[in-house]
Amino acid sequence: MATASKSSDMNRRGFLRVSFAAAGGLFVSLYLEPRFAFAQEAGGQPQAPKNYPPDAFVNIRPDGKIVIQVNRLEFGQGVQTALPMLLADELDADWSNVIADLAPAADVYKDPMFGIQMVGGSGSIAHSYQQYRELGAKTRAMLVAAAAERWNTTPAQCRTEASVVHGPGGRSATYAELAGDAARKPVPANVTLKKATELRFVGKKVKRLDSRPKCDGTLKFGLDLDLPGMKVAVVAHPPVFGARVKRIVDDEARRVEGVRDVFEIQLAKGSGVAVVADKFWPAKQARSRLKIEWDTTGLDKADSAELWTRYKQLGSTPGTVAVSNGDVKTLDQLPGDKRIVAEFEFPFLAHAPMEPLNTTIRFDGDRAEVWAGSQFQTVDQMAIAEVLGLKPEQVTFHTEMAGGGFGRRAVADSHVQREAATIAKRLRGTPLKLVWTREDDVQGGYYRPMHFHRVEVGIGADGLPAAWRHVIVGQSITADTPFAAFVVKNGVDSTMTEGVADTHYNLKNHHVSVHHPKVNVPVLWWRSVGHTHTAFVMETLIDELAMRARVDPIAYRRRLLKPEAKKLLRPLELLDTATARWRNRLPKGHALGISCHESFGTGVACAVDVSIENKRPRVHRAAVAVDCGLAVNPLSVESQFQAGLGFGLSQMMAKGAITLKDGVVEQRNFDGFVPPYIIDAPMAVDVHIVPSTEAPTGCGEPPVPVISPAVANALARLTGKRYRSLPLVSL
Amino acid sequence: MATYQLNINGQRKEVNVDPSTPLLWVLREDLKMTGTKFGCGISACGACTVHVAGVATRSCIVPVSHIGERAIVTIEGIGQDTVGRAVQDAWVDTDVVQCGYCQSGQIMAAVALLKHTPKPTDANIDESMGGNICRCATYVRIREAIKNAAAELTKGGE
Repeated sequence: MATASKSSDMNRRGFLRVSFAAAGGLFVSLYLEPRFAFAQEAGGQPQAPKNYPPDAFVNIRPDGKIVIQVNRLEFGQGVQTALPMLLADELDADWSNVIADLAPAADVYKDPMFGIQMVGGSGSIAHSYQQYRELGAKTRAMLVAAAAERWNTTPAQCRTEASVVHGPGGRSATYAELAGDAARKPVPANVTLKKATELRFVGKKVKRLDSRPKCDGTLKFGLDLDLPGMKVAVVAHPPVFGARVKRIVDDEARRVEGVRDVFEIQLAKGSGVAVVADKFWPAKQARSRLKIEWDTTGLDKADSAELWTRYKQLGSTPGTVAVSNGDVKTLDQLPGDKRIVAEFEFPFLAHAPMEPLNTTIRFDGDRAEVWAGSQFQTVDQMAIAEVLGLKPEQVTFHTEMAGGGFGRRAVADSHVQREAATIAKRLRGTPLKLVWTREDDVQGGYYRPMHFHRVEVGIGADGLPAAWRHVIVGQSITADTPFAAFVVKNGVDSTMTEGVADTHYNLKNHHVSVHHPKVNVPVLWWRSVGHTHTAFVMETLIDELAMRARVDPIAYRRRLLKPEAKKLLRPLELLDTATARWRNRLPKGHALGISCHESFGTGVACAVDVSIENKRPRVHRAAVAVDCGLAVNPLSVESQFQAGLGFGLSQMMAKGAITLKDGVVEQRNFDGFVPPYIIDAPMAVDVHIVPSTEAPTGCGEPPVPVISPAVANALARLTGKRYRSLPLVSL
Repeated sequence: MATYQLNINGQRKEVNVDPSTPLLWVLREDLKMTGTKFGCGISACGACTVHVAGVATRSCIVPVSHIGERAIVTIEGIGQDTVGRAVQDAWVDTDVVQCGYCQSGQIMAAVALLKHTPKPTDANIDESMGGNICRCATYVRIREAIKNAAAELTKGGE
């Protein structure tokens, strides 16, 4: 493993000295200027390694507590524990005295790869692994330098352990005692990171830092925020996306005690009616008493049934080419019994994080303060500033712990924050908490898009695919956003084709094309994005091919994968051995389902033991083998996979779809859009991690794609049917 | 508006609210006890679960005017109870939580289960926990933690 690294020169030492000595809560404002602009200036050139000032990330307090700033949102994925582990290990900190804080919005906390402060693409560990290790090593070096000077010795004569520097002659000093002197030391340009064998807790199972306050009710999520004089707002959103308020009758609403104001507001699309009250309940009561006439003139009224007809028609014609390898006409020369033609349907899906969306803003005229559980601090901060007529640096943005998100808190148009800012602007000086109810959330759009796939596979004499023609129809998630420049190439949104266009299977005569229809439904990435549907298509088809060839589903996949697909071949090999004891000895009425898929750099192989109970699949056991490079916190990897499989089963739930009729979403709450309950989740999940010293890759999203195809493949063995439409309304 | 005397976590609390206000919002906004969570408002997710006279209850649909003298226990108070503390400890030891938002309700449901059924089977767990959504789907560890808490509580009691 590349444990030793040399980072380039840090040239802002003078600046750092000042701010480190200043300490306290002031440092944030000092870093607001775009310090890493050279990343943009570099253009297409490889970017210079960035340097990060330790004092923005580590605060060694006089009481011995070490406060580490986490540069991203924590919303379940465990980054608030894993990033501090990396830093604290290099720092040789006493882990029991580490406190992890979610950093506010500031340039210094931007994702080193993405260039904005965000969580996405399962990149938290992958992108900040080196950064946090170096921060820990640099801070340690400064503490050691301070100790060496104090003892009139050399840093080489000192060693560190559990927040103490030990020197010659039995001398020792705590980090807290040395912090003041260390702050005046230059930040070292180069540090040597620990060898793998020297790491104390990276690579070992470490429990989450946020468990206890999440179990005794003391942890404050964004929605729990309470400020003196705060008002609460709910908004009546248009029933058809983009509709505008034509007329409001609000007498009854205004009569609700505690209601302060009712007014129309501009939304990211269309307009709505805001109700501001002293508390949530009167606001919600008042909203239900509003009578609103909406103007839907000129709006496309999306309708799921009509969309399926349109999508199927589109899918029967070639689209914009994403992949064209070999001669796909080979397919047409094969006899009918050597071809599979399969059509797949995937509905809109809501993210429905448990904590309803919310944002609190206080606008004071020349500045504003924001509290939000955001995956997109930089984007949201800019949007709020724009609405309030401020510069982004005039908007202090606190990152609040969020109750889930799954992509829903990373929206390019920042529509929730814009709503909150629009209302807060009118309430100048008064803090305003905007709350989206569950109904707002389920009906409010920004769904995983609907998709239609049409795949034709020609089967060769060896039982392996000889030709593969694949058409995908679905809205582009990134079209009309600033992300299109990075994601849409030659008319193809790669967030829709990922998992198909870049398949690791050795597909000859491979042709993939896409259609991106325009539909009046806002769409968004949903945990694992394109892989939510592409993995299902690929893995159920590959399974079908394996069955036709009468080859073991694991063996078939190993045969068909490209030799360089190590991130899938290693998990398959591990899965094969780790599940050997139970996989082929299932009780009567149970069946095995296999899948594998790589996403966000992490390869996963999955095996499930499924039976049918009450006409629904019951997953008695699931096993995954995972290659995510070095598992920084294997306990967190295990948890992400155990639960992520359950999350993935959302797609299979009988009422797991969002549908529209005449422009209106048909589901309202968890009675219509039903996520998995405990009975729907796997009973047990074994997680096998491929031992690795390669650079770590993410584990937030990769659990999701594998489970639905694995279950569908098991069901196919039980019922003899192939399942090509999700959700699984009936078996 | 009406005034209500509520018995919450063994303490007397007075609130002056509209009688239709669900207990959830009285707890969260009037008493500033935000450990009990809002998830759906239609008793479909269990994030708002509290105990009313020992029964796991969805506080989002119970008007405050219906509570009367019955004792209310919330996540903030459940740790004072032997079973409650054991469940909270098992949750922490088993590293159950992810986003954590639903876990107040999960813990309250699990405590109610263990008070009636000290050694729950998987079927008991499916039934008693069957109305609580964890969107992260930490169900495998919830199941494990309930069994761990049960083992801890029944240890030495044989």
